[in-house]
Amino acid sequence: MSALDVFGYGIDLLAVLLLALGLKGLSKVRSARSANGLAALAMGLAVVGLLIQVQPSPTAWLWIAVGTAAGGLLGLLTAQRVPMTAMPETVALFNGCGGMASLLVALAVALFDPSDTTLVERISIVISVFVGAITFSGSIVAMGKLQGWIGTPGWTQSSVRHAVNITLALASLVGGVFMAAVAPEAGPAVGPLWLLVVASTLLGIGVTLPIGGADMPVVISLLNSYSGVAAAAAGFVVGSQLLIVAGAMVGAAGLILTQVMCTAMNRSLVSVLFGGALGAASGGGHVGGGGDEAGYSRIVSCSAEECAMALETAERVVFVPGYGLAVAQAQHALRELAKLLEANGSEVSYAIHPVAGRMPGHMNVLLAEADVPYEQLLEMDTINPEFPRTDVVIVLGANDVVNPDAKTDPSSPLYGMPVLEVDQARQVFVVKRSLGAGYAGIANALFELPQTAMVFGDAKAVLQQLCTELRSQGVGSKVAVAA
Amino acid sequence: MSSLDQALWVLLLGSLLGLELIGKVPPTLHTPLMSGANAISGITVLASITLIAQADGSTPLLLLGSLSLGFALFNVIGGFLVTDRMLAMFSRKKSGAGS
Repeated sequence: MSALDVFGYGIDLLAVLLLALGLKGLSKVRSARSANGLAALAMGLAVVGLLIQVQPSPTAWLWIAVGTAAGGLLGLLTAQRVPMTAMPETVALFNGCGGMASLLVALAVALFDPSDTTLVERISIVISVFVGAITFSGSIVAMGKLQGWIGTPGWTQSSVRHAVNITLALASLVGGVFMAAVAPEAGPAVGPLWLLVVASTLLGIGVTLPIGGADMPVVISLLNSYSGVAAAAAGFVVGSQLLIVAGAMVGAAGLILTQVMCTAMNRSLVSVLFGGALGAASGGGHVGGGGDEAGYSRIVSCSAEECAMALETAERVVFVPGYGLAVAQAQHALRELAKLLEANGSEVSYAIHPVAGRMPGHMNVLLAEADVPYEQLLEMDTINPEFPRTDVVIVLGANDVVNPDAKTDPSSPLYGMPVLEVDQARQVFVVKRSLGAGYAGIANALFELPQTAMVFGDAKAVLQQLCTELRSQGVGSKVAVAA
Repeated sequence: MSSLDQALWVLLLGSLLGLELIGKVPPTLHTPLMSGANAISGITVLASITLIAQADGSTPLLLLGSLSLGFALFNVIGGFLVTDRMLAMFSRKKSGAGS
């Protein structure tokens, strides 16, 4: 072992240490940003250390440069251009590409460099292909569903999907076993390999497609964990311990995060993965199909003007943001309204449900962008006891997370999920585009309560109207005086 | 088989480390943490570079290696940058509240 090798190993060890510290730091608000930088630095170190150890030829440098330029540039542009509201989809897209990378590495070794593969290496190739393909196709489907490009086909809600997925899993298994069993002297086992690739790609689609949007955060987190496993398997394929350690770390940490999210939603991982879309899975009860307006009988709607009048006299106002706020990009309009109300002497806070939006923490990120003070963002356990002394609650594009059925109706598919108890407040306004069911496809009993009024419209437009109304009632001028 | 032995120990200890690293996470950080961990899983760049370096002039290996490097680096660069973008919003708001 030369001095250069020792140097390379030293850099590897440092990289592992920094990656672990980075991952740990990311779970605390104070250190999160520097921890992210630390992890990025560790990644850079790992690459430099590897380049020192393998000493690429000039041709190899050229191909490395091409890949780096293409991936780096696209990553840079995507990261800068993508709107904050599309974060979950973006993470899914990045994740899918990570899985694709592991898949390609394993494919390349299997097809074009099979001469000296051991059994262990062939098993690693199989695992890398299998998990990489599932990660890729699953993540792309998750992204498509969050973007609304892909719906939930009917057959995926029947038990047909289990038969399809079991068949695909068996096909993957057969392909994998034959692929691993063929001795290297016989050349690459091309047939079984492609069977494995195709079957596991379809399996990724088959398991993700039936899952409803409400559970999508959990799925993305799980797929994130898979991409760590795929990376670790690729580490076995090319013989890189650093890759194994980092992949295993991310795989395990992703699993924990997935569990944390499931707990927040009061769902078990098994029911998320195999239960189908929430709502569609259970018959009867308060279930309404997507966009179905039937089933509501006591809806009261009101104009922005009436809502503004209630706000003007309210001492305590709580906003409940949801995905509708993110879609409408209404966070700045919301902040403006909150400023007006504060100038008018109201106490304003924001109730953040752990899974509001399409991903835990989605609302925090969104509101932070609009400079909402951190202290005003209250988590569910803090805000719930406060609702009985709240004058006005404004629900902005949130639905399932404020459904009182989750507490009271055992037949509801949501039953048992912790919700924001906005029905305890004196007056509730629900800003919503239509009476369509929420992402989980379940009717909301909150809308029919006597203290609830619906304000139909796009969240941003309604908020701007409310600001205009309040200003015309003289609230704005007080702001001017106060300032 | 000592290298396999080692690799399996590395796998085991790495997994245990990952399980221990993340215990309690405030909901605020779920998305950034997922995004950051996702960027780290792009560490497959190492496999891609190894593949290219050991391709020995084989064009399919160079091509696939370069392609996978592109995918992995897209994950890494994009992942770290969007995580930073999300976290930057927290810190800016914090300093704003402090002043």
